[in-house]
Amino acid sequence: MDVIAFYVFAAIAVVASLLVIGQRNPMHSVMLLIVSFGALSGLYVLLDAPFTAVTQIIVYAGAIMVLFLFVVMLLNAHTEDEVVPPTLGPHGMKVAVVLSLALAAEAIWAFSRISPTVFSNDPGLTGSISSVARIGAGIFTTHAFAFEVTSVLILVAMVGAVVIARKEA
Amino acid sequence: MPAFITPTVIAHLVLIFAVMNMLVLSSAFMVWMERKVCAYIQDRLGPNRVGFEGLLQPFADVFKLLLKEELVPKAADKLLFLLAPIISVAAALTAFSVVPFGTQITLFGLLDPPLRLEVTDVNVGILVVFAITSMGVYGIVLAGWSSNSKYSLLGGLRSSAQMISYEISYGLALAAVVMLAGSLSLREVVMNQSGYWWHLIPRWYLFLQPLGFLIFFTAGVAETNRAPFDFPEAEQELVAGYHTEYSSMSFGLFFLAEYVNMVTVSAVATSLYLGGWLGPFLPDWLGWIWFLIKTLALLFFYVWMRWTLPRYRYDQLMEFGWKYLLPVAIVNLIVTAALVIWLG
Repeated sequence: MDVIAFYVFAAIAVVASLLVIGQRNPMHSVMLLIVSFGALSGLYVLLDAPFTAVTQIIVYAGAIMVLFLFVVMLLNAHTEDEVVPPTLGPHGMKVAVVLSLALAAEAIWAFSRISPTVFSNDPGLTGSISSVARIGAGIFTTHAFAFEVTSVLILVAMVGAVVIARKEA
Repeated sequence: MPAFITPTVIAHLVLIFAVMNMLVLSSAFMVWMERKVCAYIQDRLGPNRVGFEGLLQPFADVFKLLLKEELVPKAADKLLFLLAPIISVAAALTAFSVVPFGTQITLFGLLDPPLRLEVTDVNVGILVVFAITSMGVYGIVLAGWSSNSKYSLLGGLRSSAQMISYEISYGLALAAVVMLAGSLSLREVVMNQSGYWWHLIPRWYLFLQPLGFLIFFTAGVAETNRAPFDFPEAEQELVAGYHTEYSSMSFGLFFLAEYVNMVTVSAVATSLYLGGWLGPFLPDWLGWIWFLIKTLALLFFYVWMRWTLPRYRYDQLMEFGWKYLLPVAIVNLIVTAALVIWLG
């Protein structure tokens, strides 16, 4: 049962993500990205991490995608320009091919180094990602520094956005 | 009979079916109540021809809508245009799935283990409600955008701005309750409110969080786009709002979603602040009657408010949301947090 659900969610996530980049209409891309996020959240549920799943929906499918939608709507980008001018020259293409090959090689190398023991089935570990209290305690004790730094980063981004918006007006 | 069809499974399926139909029926009932209350507030009689006191009027309206022609504007994005009302209704119906409306029943000893009166008990139930209500905004935004009409687009934009703005206060009010209860499960939140102070006042979070309740309900009214915050469909400015181009049952679906959302917000408010199904006089397994009474009272308040208060201006709404409601919600959260730590 779990395996079937996994393959269904995984297939939806992969297909939707592929369709995102295949769309001419940015609005459809946004909607497909939401579908992809929803499928990922389903995978989190299967991993026994309901909190992560719901956070995925609230933060990504909810907040961030609404902002995407806003941008697409306000820019009135109904369709992408039909004729995409080739911005890459013949040399650019060669560089792109080399870079993507390098990326593929890196990815294969990285995945080959992951041993199955990394994903252990230790119930103590799965318990730690499903309990909100333990996540909270972890964030505010062990990972307090990273957490605070992240919030400062977000604050800086917000201030930056305000400054840029002020300049334009 | 295959092994997986047990009485428990059947009971659960029946429960899901019943809850879904109750939600749809409750929205029909709400339409009737809205028109009746409105009529009496305006010294009229309201619908009284179809059925007893016009009770069947909503059904007559639905049949009328079903028989109407479904029009899709030529310039519309057809796929998204048809998808938008479906998203709205699906989000509205799904959000109710984690709301508990009673303890548990055995159906006079037929069921073992007893059936809990809720579709599912998730240990992050409150967040699920929050997540799914935030999904509902897509239905409205897409409807506004895909219609390819300026009135619809303005309605959709307004609504998304409004929902994002008030969602934050909504979430902060929820967080204060979560801190008091120490749990994200709606069932546990309700159970934490059992008992009385001095044998008289029920231990509802309403009395511990009066400000939180006010914030929650105000934000809830704004989230469901109801008066005095019904900007997405401000008729005088926008013709009709995000659903200007919709006809037939896809228009009806937006209506349905709006009323189901109202029911959900009221039901969640009942669970969070009014002790859910807990109440005196009735035996445990009839607790859902208390739940029904409390939810109905809140729904009546919704309608009462709509026909009493005029609509705000749009800039007033934004100012109220960001400059007053949000700071108050933050202060409420901090004070609650301090008190929870101080008093243990």
